[in-house]
Amino acid sequence: MAVFQTIQTQEAPSNTKGVAHWIRVNLFSTPANIAMSFTAIALLFWIIPPFVQWAYVDANFVGDTREDCTGGGACWVFIKMKLDMFMYGFYPAIEVWRLKTALVLFLFVIAAFKYLKNNKLIFLVFSLYMVVAYILVSGGYFGLETVPTNKWGGLMLTIVVATVGIVFSFPIGIIIAFGRASSLPVIRSICVTYVEFIRGVPLITILFMSSIILPLFFPEGMTFDKLLRALIGITFFQAAYVAEIIRGGLQSIPQGQYEAADAQGFSYWQKMLLIILPQALKVAIPNLVGAFISLLQDTTLVLIIGLFDLLAMVRVASADSSWIGMETEGYVFVTFVFWAFCYFMSLYSKKLEYRYNTNLK
Amino acid sequence: MKKDNIIEIKNLNKWYGDFHVLKDINMQVKKGEIIVVCGPSGSGKSTLIRCINYLEQFQKGSITVDGIEVVDDIKKIKSIREDVAMVFQHFNLFPHLSIIDNLTLAPIWVKKKSKKEATDIAMKYLERVGIADQVDKFPNQLSGGQQQRVAIARSLCKNPNVMLFDEPTSALDPEMVSEVLDVIVELASEGRTMICVTHEMGFAKKVAHRVVFMDEGQIVEENTPDKFFDSPESDRLKLFLKQILSH
Repeated sequence: MAVFQTIQTQEAPSNTKGVAHWIRVNLFSTPANIAMSFTAIALLFWIIPPFVQWAYVDANFVGDTREDCTGGGACWVFIKMKLDMFMYGFYPAIEVWRLKTALVLFLFVIAAFKYLKNNKLIFLVFSLYMVVAYILVSGGYFGLETVPTNKWGGLMLTIVVATVGIVFSFPIGIIIAFGRASSLPVIRSICVTYVEFIRGVPLITILFMSSIILPLFFPEGMTFDKLLRALIGITFFQAAYVAEIIRGGLQSIPQGQYEAADAQGFSYWQKMLLIILPQALKVAIPNLVGAFISLLQDTTLVLIIGLFDLLAMVRVASADSSWIGMETEGYVFVTFVFWAFCYFMSLYSKKLEYRYNTNLK
Repeated sequence: MKKDNIIEIKNLNKWYGDFHVLKDINMQVKKGEIIVVCGPSGSGKSTLIRCINYLEQFQKGSITVDGIEVVDDIKKIKSIREDVAMVFQHFNLFPHLSIIDNLTLAPIWVKKKSKKEATDIAMKYLERVGIADQVDKFPNQLSGGQQQRVAIARSLCKNPNVMLFDEPTSALDPEMVSEVLDVIVELASEGRTMICVTHEMGFAKKVAHRVVFMDEGQIVEENTPDKFFDSPESDRLKLFLKQILSH
């Protein structure tokens, strides 16, 4: 009998790799696949060239009045002239530098997350940022003039509502998720009732309730900022969804992890915060980011209680008598802005997933 | 209670709903004694040792560990769990933490040790189980045998008086069983009290002071390894030994 010999590893055959191979396998593998590929290509040809024609080739970029828009395409002059309104709403022009500063600081903070490995430090830096941003945007301290919230609007309002909603609904959602998984029946039923109630009610109703019904419970003469009421409503609405997503994550953690933590003598909160939650969050990242993307889009609903977010600003701007009929440009612009934000969040989610993936490292 | 008994189990009864899993278990374990518990699956052997550190609650009877009664009292449970370590069938390492963090987490948070002190202790035990060169890896990057050795090192960090092993080699590939058993055998020579649920009969013969056989929630027979294997008394044990030693 022949003596056993180890075979050297060899390269894969050349016809199983490369671009041509990819196209053959993925686009033209079966008759149905070929048909779908051609349909898709035809659709793209049908949609893209006319859009490019309208948005770029025939479009007008120069000028500062409606009369400068002589081409047949989009009138981007409208966006250019109204950009400050879209971005900052009715925020006083001389104070806009404060918003810009807050934005630049935000980008710094996000960039810093990449280099901060210590979770405590991340938490501290972010909390500090929230305070600084609040003082900058709202004013009233350090000689900064107070800007009342009815002057807030546009993209800036959208970001404020979405950020506050995300940041505050997250810890509340975690606590509710823990409550739902608790072994104490009273706590569990309170949390279940909360989640089921909120999820059974549309966001519009919550917004109406917080802006109209909530003040009825306060003593007479006590006024409560409209934006603050909306923020509270949105935060508690979102918290219910966050709680359900985190509960899903918690359920994916094997019983053995709880037992190992118990056997080592961890207390309940140590066990949940150090061992169970980090693993549950890792599982929940894609769904959490999905929920936060929905929240960003849902912020447009604040229009109905009289707050003017980015989308509402388009309506205000195109109601201007010198710019009648510019809705299309406005909505295309808003679509692009929302898409850019959501896509950024989506990318960030992928990054986070990769960062916390301990299976492949 | 005799002074040299570290664990005393008296008339222990446990039910899962209506199912009577443990029936009148009486057992005394001396300080430094090494006990192997075996028996068919579903006989209650894992449940028994999980009652000792209160991972399972029981309805009747009592367990005392080092003079502290195992009852539903956070302080007592905490001090028992600081003294009793457990090694699980499926290792139960924390997959989101590196090997070294797996070992230092409890010393830092439960025993309030400094990070440096916890790391020094952890490294000492990781060296003993032969994993010291992989401390920055994550559990999923190690083989099953390596993970179980890390789990053993983790349970040693609190320098426990009692160690419970819940089928420590049952989830391992056959090639890796011996590397884990070697570590446990070495530990056995240190005079720590150990209770090990296992079907590794060679291991039982080698290190156990006493072998306990359970069936249907009861202790059927217990004896020194020599007598246990060479002259079993009950028919049930004879049948069990015949089945597991037949090949």
